[in-house]
Amino acid sequence: MSATHQSSPVAKLEQKTVVDLISKGKRLDERGPLDYRPMTITLGIIDKANGSAQVYLGKTKVVAGVKIEPGTPFEDTPDEGVLTVNSEFVPIASPTFEAGPPDENSIELARVVDRGIRESKAIDLKKLCIEPSKKVFMVFVDVYILDHDGNLIDAAGMAALGALVDAKMRAFEVKNGELVYKKQTVPLPLLNHPIPITSAKIDSSIVLDPCLEEEQVMACRLTVTTDKDDRICAMQKGGLGVLTPNEVKQIVATAIGKSRDLRAKILSRVN
Amino acid sequence: MLGNLEETRLLDENGLRVDGRRLDELRPIKLEVGILDKADGSAYIEQGKNKILAAVYGPREAHPKHIALADRAVVRCRYHMAPFSTEERKSPAPSRRELELSKVVREALEPSIMSEYFPRATIDIFIEVLQADAGTRCAGITAASLALADAGIPMRELVAACAAGKVEGKVVLDLSDVEDKKGEADLPVAFMPKSNVIGLLQMDGSLSEEEFKQALDMSVDACKRIYEMQREALRQKYHVVREEGEGKEETAEVRA
Amino acid sequence: MYAEKRQLVAPGELLAEGPFFAGENTYREGTKVFSSRVGMADVIENKIIVVPIKGAYIPRMEDIVVGRVTDIGMSGWQVDICAPYPAMLPQSETPMERGRDMGRRDLGRTYGVGDLMIAEVIAFDRTRDPLLTTKGRGLGKVTAGKVARIAPAKIPRIIGKKGSMITMLKKETGVDIIPGQNGVILAVGRNPDQETIAVEALYMIEHEAHTSGLTDRVKALIMDRMKGKSVG
Repeated sequence: MSATHQSSPVAKLEQKTVVDLISKGKRLDERGPLDYRPMTITLGIIDKANGSAQVYLGKTKVVAGVKIEPGTPFEDTPDEGVLTVNSEFVPIASPTFEAGPPDENSIELARVVDRGIRESKAIDLKKLCIEPSKKVFMVFVDVYILDHDGNLIDAAGMAALGALVDAKMRAFEVKNGELVYKKQTVPLPLLNHPIPITSAKIDSSIVLDPCLEEEQVMACRLTVTTDKDDRICAMQKGGLGVLTPNEVKQIVATAIGKSRDLRAKILSRVN
Repeated sequence: MLGNLEETRLLDENGLRVDGRRLDELRPIKLEVGILDKADGSAYIEQGKNKILAAVYGPREAHPKHIALADRAVVRCRYHMAPFSTEERKSPAPSRRELELSKVVREALEPSIMSEYFPRATIDIFIEVLQADAGTRCAGITAASLALADAGIPMRELVAACAAGKVEGKVVLDLSDVEDKKGEADLPVAFMPKSNVIGLLQMDGSLSEEEFKQALDMSVDACKRIYEMQREALRQKYHVVREEGEGKEETAEVRA
Repeated sequence: MYAEKRQLVAPGELLAEGPFFAGENTYREGTKVFSSRVGMADVIENKIIVVPIKGAYIPRMEDIVVGRVTDIGMSGWQVDICAPYPAMLPQSETPMERGRDMGRRDLGRTYGVGDLMIAEVIAFDRTRDPLLTTKGRGLGKVTAGKVARIAPAKIPRIIGKKGSMITMLKKETGVDIIPGQNGVILAVGRNPDQETIAVEALYMIEHEAHTSGLTDRVKALIMDRMKGKSVG
């Protein structure tokens, strides 16, 4: 069952500070409403993974790893590889994270990141077929939250994308129905680069990339994932607040533009 | 194409859909309020082949005590699909999808509930999908909102929900199962017409900004129509025969 | 005023605009007053209220309730009054010997787990559970009779206009009827058959609360049931 979470640990007075600042167009760290926190993305930090990326978004830290292994395809897509996205909100990341099976926030994050990758057809799954109906490559994307200072979805989405861009696999061929690896490594075949952009509604203002304190006072958030062609491939509203249809349209328009900026930034990290 | 995909068209030459509907047409909807005996409030919805029951218990004592909130009721929500509800049997254990939907459905209904009236209590919402035909979370929200009203829980207003999507390049309303599986986008929306606000918004697929705006407007509009159906369902259940003589003073008898 | 008197309204329905007070089960937004529950709209002077069809029992000061003991504590009893909050009856609020410090076993002799009582709510607010007393006329342990549990919102219908319904019930069945505001009603008579008839009548009223000519039909039911039973 999903249940109302405990009340915000932030005192009403502190909440008011954030709200007042934002109504004046300012934020706690002097960002503008549409500014993202300083972001660094480092690829290939985990050698044992096929691909990996670490994202620092302000103080939020996320690592994503990609593992590519042979497995069985789904019945209705017998000639396509299989994508699985998982996320872990490990206890080191926040005093509020507990050890145990993923809670609804972790599951939601994994599924939203998954949707972005899947619906944008970021991975060319058809190129991962070994033997139709019998064997294909499975792409496991695991997102690990290391430090929670807000906007985990965007940080996770970007880390996942970075890990996919970084991912390499051994070239292969099928000889007599058997999987045979060749000597060279090739990049994981990608067709698109989805980026989630999350906006938060605080009072009557909209800000991008909410930090933890802003998340604790926000009414709700809306994540919009767009691809390299400015097409929307995933959306998710979260939180107990509500949005007017016009606010939603405004948020979508802003997200499309922002996504372009961030995509350029991430791809420039790849040589 | 490999595999067993049939080349069925989802839109015919007249622009009509597989089930004969126009692009902006809702599936037939049937709503019934107060059909369960033990639940404090309940409602049943049929939409297309969807058959969904919603039940509400509450406000009731918080068990265990530590989950209670000091200033308002905890709203709990469980979206669950029966094992026989889908083409292939679904395991009764809650799936990741059901956990995610339980969350987003709660976040669509909770804004309408005046939970500050019942601190330290819980309000429990259960949505059971008996038969699924796409759009279950929206139909579930529509029924659950009625169940909350039927339970006498104070609310700001009812919540109506409907999904729009895209099929063969055209934006359409209220996807059926085959349209959801083979279509290009799915956009579930929950809407509160009096306040003109959206409580649930998700999307998967591929839409341009323009297509998205079209789809959003289409589902918001449909939600307004569904809201009228909800009100009618409440009227059906609670129609009052005006009593001659009895009545006016009876109201004064009630503690005001 | 947009809603008519005794019109069925739903949550979010616009009832009135302008200089009205937003009474029970309504809320105000700007100049408009909306319903927050399913029920019948009404206006008393310039206060708009909605009489709810259904709803949980929320305790109020001075309510008489019928409760069931669920636990015995250090200095009193925990009582289920069919509300979202468990009620407490402290030993000090019972007409027992003063000054005696009773242990759990002694408390258990006065009220054991499962015992019923008629009590009055003497305190309840947002920060604590309801407090009860059994000091007062007619309050205390229930040792005989039958219990009917109906929706609390229907209790006014049981009582009726100027007590007309409950007076008729008592007269026709020969049974004393004590309605708790929490929807639990006691029917205590000299004859268990009469009590059963009274309970049947109570459930009939709950079921058909919204219909007309109810008092007469309930009376007819009682009289029919009373035939063939020894009265007296």
